[in-house]
Amino acid sequence: MSDVKPRVRIPKSAKKGEVVEIKSLIEHKMETGQRKGKDGNKIPRKIINRFECKFNGGLVFASDWHPAVSANPYLAFHFRAEESGEFEFKWIEDGGAEYTKKAKITVS
Amino acid sequence: MTETQLTLSRRQALKGVSAFALTLVAAGLLAPGAHADAAAVDAAIKKLVKGTPEDGKIKLDLPQIAENGNTVPVAFEVDSPMSKDDYVKTVHLFAEGNPSPEVASFHFTPQSGMARASTRMRMAGTQNVVVVAEMSNGKVYMAKQQVKVTIGGCGG
Repeated sequence: MSDVKPRVRIPKSAKKGEVVEIKSLIEHKMETGQRKGKDGNKIPRKIINRFECKFNGGLVFASDWHPAVSANPYLAFHFRAEESGEFEFKWIEDGGAEYTKKAKITVS
Repeated sequence: MTETQLTLSRRQALKGVSAFALTLVAAGLLAPGAHADAAAVDAAIKKLVKGTPEDGKIKLDLPQIAENGNTVPVAFEVDSPMSKDDYVKTVHLFAEGNPSPEVASFHFTPQSGMARASTRMRMAGTQNVVVVAEMSNGKVYMAKQQVKVTIGGCGG
């Protein structure tokens, strides 16, 4: 699926103890399963149903989504920076496909 | 004479408009109307959350009027120190007037720093948005706000 593009914006650096905002967006139709196609049949549901944010391997934030989340799901949340490291962001689609993105932060 | 013709055509135009409006209403009535309501939200809350929700602690940031129900900005913040022994575990977001009440759940950890998140949701029409927060000590808080929606976001 080339039309699914995950994007994340985080600050490159932070002071120890600082709470930073992480903004994420993934280009995805979020097909609800409620819409009908031209042939009158319902278009099967296909949404991103879970988002996870890991930092240095440990889960620090997650979110479960239902069809009521808008297309191209946007999510902003926070993280308290205590040490430098790497984030791994993961979006999981109905059917099990996964989209991931990594980003580093330097904490001083 | 010209005057009469003008009046007539305006009347016809108005007729056309009202006929169109009637068609819209009929279409609305015929559309599958299986929507959640306050009771369905209560049932969904009971299924996900233990304990009775209390008021307070939650600040909602929702528009009073949303023009486009396809993408309504939603944000909340729960008052909590977010320390190891006192933090917000999970926040659930519900919609009373959508085909199903659940919208999203957000799982926080002490490392989140603050229990705030923002996203965008679909809304089928004017309805209440309900936010329920589960704290690490087992307490549950709830907040509710109505959002007026001009164009619904669950088009079929």
